[in-house]
Amino acid sequence: MNTLESYMIVASAVFCLGLYNVMTRRNAVAILMGIELILNAANINFIAFNRFNGTGVLDGHVMSVFIIALAAAEAAVALAIIINLYRNIGSVDVDEARSLRG
Amino acid sequence: MFDVVFTSISLLLILSCLGVCISKNLVHSAVCLFFALFLIAGYYIMLYADFLAAVQVIVYVGGILVLIIFGVMLTSKLEKPSINISSFNQFTASLLCLFLFAIQCYAILNGNWINVDAGTIENSSKLIGRLILSKHLLPFEIISILLLGVLIGSATIARKKR
Amino acid sequence: MEYILVYICTIFLLPLLSFLLQLIAPRSLSSAMAYLSTALLCLSSILSSICLYAFYNDSSWTFADWGIYSALKLIEIPWVTLPDFHIGFGMNFDKLAVVMLLVVSLISFLVHLYSIDYMRGDKRFSRYFAYLGLFTFSMNGIVLSNNLFFTFIFWELVGFSSFLLIGFWYEKKSAGNAANKAFLVNRVGDIGMFLGIMLLFMSTGTFSFNGIQYADIDNGIMTIAGLLIFMGAVGKSAQVPLHIWLPDAMEGPTPVSALIHAATMVAAGVYLSLRIFPFLTLEALHVIALIGATTAIVASFIATSQYDIKKILAYSTVSQLGYMVCSIGVGAYFAAFFHLITHAMFKACLFLCSGSVIQAMHHSQEKLHDHSKDPQDIRNMGGLRSKMPITFFAMLISTLSLCGVPLFSGFLSKDSIVAGAISYYNSFHGLTFIIPLFIILSAALTAFYMFRLIFLVFFGESREISIYSHIKESSYYITAPLILLSLLSFAFIFTFPSFNPLDSHGWFYSMLSTVTPFQTLGYDMYKVESGIHHAHTSAMIISITVAFIGFLLAYFKYYLKRDILSLSTNGIYIKSKNLFRNKFYIDEAYEYFIISPFLRLSKIASIIDWNYYDQRFIDSWGWITIKLSKISSALDYHLLDQFIVDGLARLANRSGKELQSSQNGVLQSYLFSGVLGLIILLIIIQQLG
Repeated sequence: MNTLESYMIVASAVFCLGLYNVMTRRNAVAILMGIELILNAANINFIAFNRFNGTGVLDGHVMSVFIIALAAAEAAVALAIIINLYRNIGSVDVDEARSLRG
Repeated sequence: MFDVVFTSISLLLILSCLGVCISKNLVHSAVCLFFALFLIAGYYIMLYADFLAAVQVIVYVGGILVLIIFGVMLTSKLEKPSINISSFNQFTASLLCLFLFAIQCYAILNGNWINVDAGTIENSSKLIGRLILSKHLLPFEIISILLLGVLIGSATIARKKR
Repeated sequence: MEYILVYICTIFLLPLLSFLLQLIAPRSLSSAMAYLSTALLCLSSILSSICLYAFYNDSSWTFADWGIYSALKLIEIPWVTLPDFHIGFGMNFDKLAVVMLLVVSLISFLVHLYSIDYMRGDKRFSRYFAYLGLFTFSMNGIVLSNNLFFTFIFWELVGFSSFLLIGFWYEKKSAGNAANKAFLVNRVGDIGMFLGIMLLFMSTGTFSFNGIQYADIDNGIMTIAGLLIFMGAVGKSAQVPLHIWLPDAMEGPTPVSALIHAATMVAAGVYLSLRIFPFLTLEALHVIALIGATTAIVASFIATSQYDIKKILAYSTVSQLGYMVCSIGVGAYFAAFFHLITHAMFKACLFLCSGSVIQAMHHSQEKLHDHSKDPQDIRNMGGLRSKMPITFFAMLISTLSLCGVPLFSGFLSKDSIVAGAISYYNSFHGLTFIIPLFIILSAALTAFYMFRLIFLVFFGESREISIYSHIKESSYYITAPLILLSLLSFAFIFTFPSFNPLDSHGWFYSMLSTVTPFQTLGYDMYKVESGIHHAHTSAMIISITVAFIGFLLAYFKYYLKRDILSLSTNGIYIKSKNLFRNKFYIDEAYEYFIISPFLRLSKIASIIDWNYYDQRFIDSWGWITIKLSKISSALDYHLLDQFIVDGLARLANRSGKELQSSQNGVLQSYLFSGVLGLIILLIIIQQLG
């Protein structure tokens, strides 16, 4: 089981679950949680690739660091937006945020 | 031995992710996310990424998850506790995600991956530091600027309007 | 002899020139142009007499060298030349043609001269002369053409010219009807002629008389072809049953009757029969003899009870034509031709005399302003002998010639025909006795009705004193032709060296007896010639006796007015007189059996055509078209317009509305679509790679 494919399959499963979360949740914060899952799945992939590529260079780790930093930044901004949304329409239900509905 | 650990962590990970998706209570899904993030850190340790496991725990669990719980608490409505009814068609979305997973499994299993075990890494933090400041200097600087921007931006966005 | 050819071409074309000149002549010059036409035809007759003299002199032109049908093709004007088919207008260059040319030209010239006075003051004066010129030209064409095809062309042209001339006074409805009748009845004959020509062409591949004579065909086909061509002669020469047009054709002016119905057109049929004689088979010749004899007797019977001068003469013409045709059928070739020539002379003279009488009666009636009496009815005449002596003598001479009295030309020719009939009976026996019987009986009747005419018109007291008192002799234009023609009716004109009235040998005989063909399909001509020779004396005696008997009967009845054998109260006599006066009811029979059913058929055809075909069938197509157009418009509107064209618009509208729901503002659905697109892309890339 110590193969790249197994890590990748798990990562893919996490990704798909995160995607499902994003697609079906009404709460904006729950959607944010789904996004975090997606990003973590990508991280797992990077580390796994770096582990199994045969050289001792740790480029994948560096990439994951950056992704984590990015995730943090993005979560901060997202929450700021959510708070703003909550202030404007009184709830964080994305179904009620439909002024862009065509 | 390794296999058992791997299989159990994987199963638990998947279960907690499912919990994130399915639980109706938002706080329950946040706790499940907490578990998932910890299990992913465990994955990192299995993958000889000790520094990254620590970073994951500190930043993700200690920072982002806390932030998320802040968000949950700040925006929950006490009159309407159940706010987890799905918006989009659950069935279609689950089909789609299963389909996507199937395709990806197919791609993964049929690809020629380089499957060379790289051996143990003694001091990953040192190597990572070296790389950040030599090879990946530019993304590092850009990330710092980005974080600055995020800081200012989120503060601006979430500011109380007078 | 070559210069003769030039003369013949000139003779052929001079009447055509006259025709064209008359057509373009202005009305003011019409009488001068008439003199010019007459002069042209005089020139033509002089040229033809020169040709005749040349032919007579050139003794090398005997049968042994040339025969009738080896007509030298010195000229053949090509008309149709295809690789395998060739027709041209070739000219007959033999004695038969030359004599006919002279007869036609001479009589045409005399008729032109006569018409200058007779038609004076007519409002279509120059057109009359034009028609006369056209007629003469076409008659020359028939005489000169050496193949059946061009003979047919000129045959039709002659029929057409006679139509124009008979219906010249077309304001009279009877004249128009008579012209139509003449043309139609001629047409019926021409059908047979055309079929015969085509049959011969299909069998032999040639149209020329010469070629057909020497071709080798099955006897049955030859018989049928010969009879069919003879049918043309039946139509043109007024044999029974197609004789009905000739009496009605008397509606035309009298000089026309003289030209057409005495001398030339009706002789065309006999001339054609003479030309086709070598290839008439025995069976055909029997039929021809029978038809000729029947015509002779039937017409003679009818002529005995007519009261119109011209009708009597018309039936007399029919009877004499029957004589000629019968003579051909019997094999007396030379006799037929001789009779043709002499008949042309004396019958033209008779017609012109009757024209003179009619004109005198007409002028007398004009003076009295009395138009109620018919100037042609002999019951209105009588005792004209003292008032019109020249006419009387001319008519008397011609009548004597017609009845076959010795010293006159008619005797010579008629006597040969009777001899021919008797020798025919002698060689074939059996039922063929009716041919000479009819001929002889008809000779008796001819004498009877002609002298009846003479006695009623010129002798006795006038029945209409008022008209009688104003009659006077006609002008020289009219009497000069009469004198000339009556002179030509004397016998010694034709038997020049010998003055024996009973002997027909002379220059004419010596010149033309060599014309008789000896290579024929029908008779053995040597046998026929010797038979005629043997029967000659008995024929002479019989014909003179019979003519005398006829004369005596007429003398007693009409001059002495004594009723011999109290015939006029005899029931059968009265009934038969009625039958003859009504022309054996042949016209009525035609009307009843042929014309009325045909008119009824055409009426039925018109009803079918109009009511069923036009109204129902054709109009139903219109109805169908309307219905189809409705369907098509419905299709167009509902299917094309509404369904396809507007349907596309509605499709765009509906799909737009449906797709509108994808813009629902729900982020997750956008994400969903995005992931879906991603999956599809992955599949595509996987398939492609």
